[in-house]
Amino acid sequence: MVDRPSPPDRPPLSAASLSLRLGGIALVVAALAGAMAYVHGTFDPQRLTPKALVDVLEKNNGVHPGFRRNHAKGVCVIGYFESSGEARSYSSAQVFNEARTPVVGRFALPAGNPYAPDGSVPIRSLALRFTQANGQQWRSGMNSMPVFPVGTPEAFYQLQQASAPDPATGKPNPASVPAFFAAHPEAMPFLQWIKSTKPSASYATETYNGINAFYLVSASGQRQAVRWGVVPLTQDVPGAVAPEGDDFLEKDLVQRLAAGPLRWRLNITLANPGDPTDDASKAWPSERKVLNAGTLVLERSQPQNEGECRDINYDPLVLPSGIAASDDPLLAARSAAYASSYLRRTSEVDQLPHAAQESRP
Amino acid sequence: MSAQPNHFAPLARLLHWLMALMIIAMLFIGAGMVASVSERHEWLIHLHKPLGIAILLLVIVRLLVRFTTRQPPLPADLPGWQALAAKASHVLLYTLMLILPLLGWAMISAAGDPVMLGSSLQLPSLLPANAQLFAWLRKAHGFLAYLLFLTVLLHLAAALFHGWVRRDGVLESMLHGKD
Repeated sequence: MVDRPSPPDRPPLSAASLSLRLGGIALVVAALAGAMAYVHGTFDPQRLTPKALVDVLEKNNGVHPGFRRNHAKGVCVIGYFESSGEARSYSSAQVFNEARTPVVGRFALPAGNPYAPDGSVPIRSLALRFTQANGQQWRSGMNSMPVFPVGTPEAFYQLQQASAPDPATGKPNPASVPAFFAAHPEAMPFLQWIKSTKPSASYATETYNGINAFYLVSASGQRQAVRWGVVPLTQDVPGAVAPEGDDFLEKDLVQRLAAGPLRWRLNITLANPGDPTDDASKAWPSERKVLNAGTLVLERSQPQNEGECRDINYDPLVLPSGIAASDDPLLAARSAAYASSYLRRTSEVDQLPHAAQESRP
Repeated sequence: MSAQPNHFAPLARLLHWLMALMIIAMLFIGAGMVASVSERHEWLIHLHKPLGIAILLLVIVRLLVRFTTRQPPLPADLPGWQALAAKASHVLLYTLMLILPLLGWAMISAAGDPVMLGSSLQLPSLLPANAQLFAWLRKAHGFLAYLLFLTVLLHLAAALFHGWVRRDGVLESMLHGKD
């Protein structure tokens, strides 16, 4: 390459002109860098970020390297979904059109402590990943309660803050959670449910609700607002109570699966116009039409630290064509926070205990 | 032998400015989406993926254009360290433009997620699912994106230095005018 000849006329710049020009360059660069810092949230420490959401969970539960930051204690399950065809006219998703779709799921307890006693809370959760033949996936994280305590990520964050241990005592301030609920009347349906529900003895007898609203999208592009959930087809005799011990749920599941597959019906509730799609704290009226979309069949379990579910981020916004997100603000927040939790725990996979989970640290 | 050009080829200039806009938008979209839990997070991610693939396709075209057209030479009186910095930063810019979309694609693959560019357009996975590899790729994606942003700032500052202080025709070679 031959160098470009120097331009002939380049009168030197005066000191003032030179500083003005250098200042102009600095200004342009600073403006761009400042805009990036603004977008990054540097000037806005109060902004609710995925990091802040996961940090408060870590603060409340402690850091357990390699484990999920929420719903940390669980077990992987493998099975499939058999479509009834009933949802086919509402959704073009292959999962409703093919006879059978493989599923990798995970039963879990809420909260971020992987060693929490199974009887400590009545909530149980079931996350599912359906892998369609065309490669698209449907992931859903469901819970045994019918509604979420709050409707926004900000309120969820405040609830976590209210439950945070006081640095002085190491325990949550006993007044702050009641004060939170007093200020959040939308949590009433959730609180009523949790007061009237006893911790179940089995994952297998629970109903799991998707809670957030979504849209089914038909082949012609028609959108129907829905909520879904799975209802167990096997029920224990009434009055079954949780046994003694801290880790009975996984043992119970392993025993039941040894005897045969477990089945749930996938119910899809169709919203009427006007039913709230953006507020997971509000139930829909019970007389809404319910589709029986098919049967979830779970055949075997795997320990979560080695099982197939370990490396799945059950992000509720991983959806196949034919299912779409609603305007529920919790969905984006769950997706964003799960991504942050997923990066933290996948960076720590080698720190997971690989013995039986009973061996506590 | 014909004289050296004073300007970049028109196609090279078009690609430069188009990609400048796309890459700066992309860097802001990426930084914004990971710092948000609102609906913004969702629609930014839905922009980020197809825009990244568009940049990947364009950078391939751009490299072809770069190797098949002639570039105007640097000024003869440019200090050696500046000429070296110019060449090194261009290699870095091209490398990052090419690597960042591939890293994004690979990290989604390593997470075991379907690589969706919209509600139904799916790309093949570049890698089999591997959690530890995902964590590494995801961190590299973020780190190199900020490195690209810093390199873009340096590139911009240098271009303005050529245009406003040295007035040596380097900025004009990418702006306007014909040979």
